[in-house]
Amino acid sequence: MTETNLLQQINTLSSQTTQLCYHCHKCTAGCPVAEDMQYGPDRILRMIQLGQKERLLSSHDIWLCAACETCGTRCPNEIDIARVMDALRQIAIAEGAAISEPDALKFHKIFMAGVQTFGRSHEMFLFAAYKLWTMHLMDDMDSGISLIAKGKVPVMPSLVKNRAEVSKLFKNVQKKTEVQE
Amino acid sequence: MKFAYYPGCSLESTACEYNASVLAAFEALGVSLQELEDWNCCGASSAHSMNQDLALALPARNIAIAQKSGLDVVMPCAACFNRHKMADHALKNDPQKRAMLEGTINFKYTGDINVLALLDVIANKIGLNQVKSCVKKPLTGLKAVSYYGCLLVRPPEITQFEDPDNPQIMDRILETLGAEPRTWSYATDCCGGGLSLTKPTAAARMVSKLADRAAEAGAQAIVTSCPLCQINLEMRQSKTNAKMPIFFFTELIGLAFGLEKSKGWMSKHLISPIPLLKDLKIL
Repeated sequence: MTETNLLQQINTLSSQTTQLCYHCHKCTAGCPVAEDMQYGPDRILRMIQLGQKERLLSSHDIWLCAACETCGTRCPNEIDIARVMDALRQIAIAEGAAISEPDALKFHKIFMAGVQTFGRSHEMFLFAAYKLWTMHLMDDMDSGISLIAKGKVPVMPSLVKNRAEVSKLFKNVQKKTEVQE
Repeated sequence: MKFAYYPGCSLESTACEYNASVLAAFEALGVSLQELEDWNCCGASSAHSMNQDLALALPARNIAIAQKSGLDVVMPCAACFNRHKMADHALKNDPQKRAMLEGTINFKYTGDINVLALLDVIANKIGLNQVKSCVKKPLTGLKAVSYYGCLLVRPPEITQFEDPDNPQIMDRILETLGAEPRTWSYATDCCGGGLSLTKPTAAARMVSKLADRAAEAGAQAIVTSCPLCQINLEMRQSKTNAKMPIFFFTELIGLAFGLEKSKGWMSKHLISPIPLLKDLKIL
């Protein structure tokens, strides 16, 4: 893929015009996760402009973005950077890129598998599956036990009655995404 | 006055006291809520990370159901509100997305119903006068900061919720309940809720900052309307320092209305607010 194509692909997926960024740095200055990031949002935009695909898709930053929308709200060029991060995640998944924050992707996969199966998110399933898959078995045990003891994590999932309709919605969207590709 | 009600997944589990307090507050205010028939999860932060169309289609199915009911739909959860506003915005303004969503869900969008945030409904649709008329036990002496987080206020062109930098609506509610809202600059800073499980160290850092700044502002508690912020703020506060209780604003409405049920909600918290409320003779 050429450099221009990457920029266009990201612009189309995110509905943003990333080449408008003139690197004022306001996004990174206000980003609450910038100190945990490798590059920060302004350098991510620069890499898009330069077509540095591999660095982008394998960066920690695209998975660390908390989607808090602070950057997009403050951007003088009105680039909604959180949506750009979403586009980068989607491309990284579609292209099987090396994922630098595998726990984040595992979490999203488990979350969506739960929604596809039950129609709603079931926290017991989500926590248990996430712990098993990431092997973070003992993390947050104290809070987990408290939540269960307080009756806040029902064992049985709350189900959508028309699960076939929700499952069909997943299939319809996936079919459309494949056609576009 | 009647609204459709979309509780969302968290209110059925880790934020069950939020759901119970919303229902009790509305009953006391004499406003009926009709739960949206067979609603589904909005996809939260995961759907938009993986598939953009799915992130719009999941909430759009709920909008289709609400449209059938003919009622504006109230969302207590900031994340659910944000995702539904995003889908509603695409249905209204993007003909391509609208065609995709109408085809995927098999409905015709009319734009007749509105997606509303619970805070907005209580403060502006029901109104502070009506809230005031129900206050029986004012929360005298309770100093708290209002915390909105991200998804209720940003992006402002989607959420259309007050001033995204300096919202005031929750402070007005707290005053109406007899509490003392404290001024601080962090009401819309991110708590890192979306990273709470996958990057707990980052979430803990963001939470400590908020708890420290709230204490510095003279607050004894943080008040929120978001279930993801609430659990993150409770779970990720430092284990060694004094812990700051995190209330849902509807729990405080229940306490100020003198609702018997509100005592039960207080024992659901990971950081117990009971000692503070006893100190202030609110409980």
